[in-house]
Parts: sequence; structure tokens; C-alpha cells
Amino acid sequence: MTVFEGWWPYVFIAIAGWLATDLWRWLGVLAGNRLREDSEVLNWVRAVATALVAAVIAKLILYPTGVLEHSPLWLRLGSIAAGALAFFAGRQKPAIGITTAIAVLAIGLWAQGF
Amino acid sequence: MDDGQTTGSGRTWFVAGMRGIFSLPAMMLMLSFVGFCAFTAQAGIPVEQVVFMVGAVWALPANVILVSSILGGANLLAAFIAVTLSSIRLMPMVAALVAEIRTEKTPTWLLLFLSHFVAITAWVFAMERVHAVPREHRVTFFAGFGITLVVVNMVLVAAVYRYVSEFPPIVAGCLFFLTPVYFLGSIWSSARHPVIYVALVIGLVAGPFFYWLAPQFDILLAGVGGGTLAWLVERQWRKHGRSVHDSV
Repeated sequence: MTVFEGWWPYVFIAIAGWLATDLWRWLGVLAGNRLREDSEVLNWVRAVATALVAAVIAKLILYPTGVLEHSPLWLRLGSIAAGALAFFAGRQKPAIGITTAIAVLAIGLWAQGF
Repeated sequence: MDDGQTTGSGRTWFVAGMRGIFSLPAMMLMLSFVGFCAFTAQAGIPVEQVVFMVGAVWALPANVILVSSILGGANLLAAFIAVTLSSIRLMPMVAALVAEIRTEKTPTWLLLFLSHFVAITAWVFAMERVHAVPREHRVTFFAGFGITLVVVNMVLVAAVYRYVSEFPPIVAGCLFFLTPVYFLGSIWSSARHPVIYVALVIGLVAGPFFYWLAPQFDILLAGVGGGTLAWLVERQWRKHGRSVHDSV
């Protein structure tokens, strides 16, 4: 694919990736010097930021790319549910939830003949 | 530029930060980047560009969205908007971290430079551990961890790129799935404000809903709409809780 050749991809990544992310990091530094840690504005900003990431997470689970594109939705949701159960049963240790979710997915994929 | 900080106990704290590479969050992130590497290899993006992407963009969700945009044939402006919308969360994250690590003597240019190394993992790690670090060494400690994490992942991606496309499908699938699962676990367990829980749950529902309603603006709408709703709900609970508490 020609789109991946020459210097253009680097310019593309630098503008649409690097600048697009560091812009907010720089604003964060400037805001960090001004925003009060207990202000209501910061609380709203936190909520919006978290909801944005959550939406990205949901899309990765519901509409994955690559191998998982061909896996059944119930398996992916079931893995998340099993991971969440283990996470809350295991004193909210991320490692427990992650391991459980991935193990259930792996067994399911294997059973599905992947 | 680190001349003033690599001497004496500053070096000790830089090294202490570097050792964070052996922590669980760092390991999870490295596995996630192997998964991301498999994703890019399957998509046919050359390894030099992937390594550049990891170092330049750093945040994994932003990287995933950037690659998805490229694959979807988005033009520069559309890709910029998609990535930048997903990265708004970096602003409050950096703002909160900066408030924790800076001293009155910390130059702003140094914070601007180090802010590049902020992404979910480095942020979670730093917010959890800087409290145990003396205030004057927190910036050095974060620099040690953040810079090491980026460099190690760039090297890792370059090293595994040629092997990831030969991974069995089950391994590739599990590595891909690690990213959303890891983000869910780390955000929930590191949340220090009640509004985070509400926003996470509402965002998970709002994401697919707005994807169904308006696929081109789903992330923005889910973020601003879902986040504002979460903030209102949590504020309502907080006020109610306070009034109940006050009346008792």
C-alpha cells in the first residue's frame, strides 16, 4: 500500500498522533498549575475523560479487529463478565480480573476451533 | 538536560523509578503493546512507523485509534480529530499528576517535556506511588519510570514485530483483548474519585449507543454526553448524601 511509504506516514503520525495527544498533555501541565484539585470543574473534566476512555473500551470489546472479529460476541461479553466477577471477588486486584477474563476467552476460542 | 538531577540522591530516585519496569502494570502494558504490534503487523504497517508511533503518540488508545483511522482511509484532519478527542482525558490526568509531583522550583519546560510520558499505565503507577517519594524527588522518580517505559516498549515492538504475525490465532486474540480488559481493571482499581466509577459504567453503555446513533462522532458524544450525565448523577448523590448526613 502506497500510503505507508516515504516521509508522508511520519508527517501523518506526527500531526494526527503526536501533536493530537501532546496538545492535551501540555494543556494539562498548564491547567495543573491553575485548576484546584477539589474544584467542581475538575470533577466534570474527570467524568468526561473517563467516559471517553470507557467508550473506546466498549468499542474494542464489541467491534474488535483482527482474529477476534470472527469470534462470537457472547464469548467476548462472557469473558468480561467472568473477569469482572473475579475482580470484585478478589478484592479488586486488576491481575485477578485480567487473568480470569483472558483465560475464559482463551478456552472459549479453543472450544470454537480457533 | 538531566545534568542537575543525575547526581546524588536524584540518581537514586531516577533508578527507583526505572525499577518500576518490573511492576505488574508495566508488564501488562508491555503485553498489550505486543498485542498492538500484532494488530499493526496484520494491518501491514511497516515496523519503523510502528516504533515511531509508539514513541511519538505513546498512549495506547490513541495509537489504536490512529491505526484504525489510517486503515479506514481517514484523511489527516479526520484522524487528528478522532485521536485528539480520545486524548482529551490526558489533560485532567496530567493536571492531577502535575499537582502531585511539582515543587515551586520545578521549571514548566521540564513538566511540558515529561508530560509526554503520561498515559494510563504511567499515570496509575505514579499516582499510586509518588506519595512514598519525598516531594523534591517526585519529578525525578516519574522521569525514571516514564522514560524507561516508553523506551523499553519501543525496543520491544521493534524486536517482536517480525514474530507476532506468526502467533497462533488464540494468542493474537488474547493479546488484543488484553488492552480493553487491562484498561477496565486499572481504571476501576485506581479511581480515587467516586465520579470515575459512574463515568466508567455510563461510558461503557454510551459508547455503543452513540456508535449506533451517530458512528462518526460516537466517542465525542459518549465522552461529553455520558461524562456530563455521570457528573450530574454523582453530584446529585453527593448532595443527597451530604444533606442526609447534615440532618442527622
